[in-house]
Amino acid sequence: MAEIAVNKPATEYRRGLQSGISIAIGYAPIALTFGLLAKTTGLSIGETALMSLLVFAGAAQYISLSLLSLGTGIFEIILTTFIVNIRHFLMSTSLNEKWEDSQTANKAILSFGITDETFSVAAVRDEKVTSGYMLGLISISYSSWVVCSGLGHLIGASLPQTLQESMSVALYAMFVGLLVPSMKKSVKVVFLAALAAIFNIIFTLTNALSTGWAIVLATLLSAVIVELIENARNRQRRREHE
Amino acid sequence: MSSQIVWMIAGMAIVTYIPRLLPFVLFKGKELPVFVQGILKNVPYATLGALIFPGILFINEDIWFGLLGAAASFTAAFLGANVIIVVLGSIAVLSVYSFLF
Repeated sequence: MAEIAVNKPATEYRRGLQSGISIAIGYAPIALTFGLLAKTTGLSIGETALMSLLVFAGAAQYISLSLLSLGTGIFEIILTTFIVNIRHFLMSTSLNEKWEDSQTANKAILSFGITDETFSVAAVRDEKVTSGYMLGLISISYSSWVVCSGLGHLIGASLPQTLQESMSVALYAMFVGLLVPSMKKSVKVVFLAALAAIFNIIFTLTNALSTGWAIVLATLLSAVIVELIENARNRQRRREHE
Repeated sequence: MSSQIVWMIAGMAIVTYIPRLLPFVLFKGKELPVFVQGILKNVPYATLGALIFPGILFINEDIWFGLLGAAASFTAAFLGANVIIVVLGSIAVLSVYSFLF
């Protein structure tokens, strides 16, 4: 019975909310600016809120605004959105392995809320991920995103310039805060992160790939290469033992 | 609401949801090969590396702004600060920087 008590959905939900606080802080300036830009692009407050409610994907929403203002066709905007967000396929596949719930329906519904940020927080969690935890994590992040998008449009201004500038570091700082503790524990993590960073820097600076594909390819290359190296070393060690 | 924009939003919503959803349906109850499982366990850390760099360096036209943000966040995290402290600390450091320069 004690084990069941530890994993009570309500407790997990609360833990998810707590883990999501830094995401909510990080989303605020980005969503406020999105609301403001949407207004400048000519979207009504209803359309702005609807997009944040239904799409919930920062980069793609920003890109859609710039494409709209360039007069790009709807089909092209939707296609671009798909390409930018295809990286979530990789994240969901990875998260599926550590998310325990026999009800696929729960995972299917909550998968709507998988973003770079919610994925990163859940994926580096020490314990297994539960649906209660994901619900907490996603609801606080999603609320911040939707409410701040609407506010940005409504107020028609974002944060004061200096604060806005310094807050632009928030999500990156969160990623660093999530990564470094694992780097300290494992050399493998250091290699994984460094290799993916180097690939992504090369792809980005050479303009070889769009942002979405650059992240997917950099991640996959790094994950595969490090796994191959580890396998080869393990095999060698086994041979030496024989 | 313009119906054209609403159709666009609906389309964006669908093509964003599909990649998020599909793996949970496709790989439901399936045991993936050990090598693939290994790769999927690597994905979070590789993703974080790619999400941080080079993005963090370009948060401002002033490259020093990004470098300082990166240095502040890595230092705070390395010293063992929890995630929220890393976030707030980095914001504070950059606020001081933009106030001074």
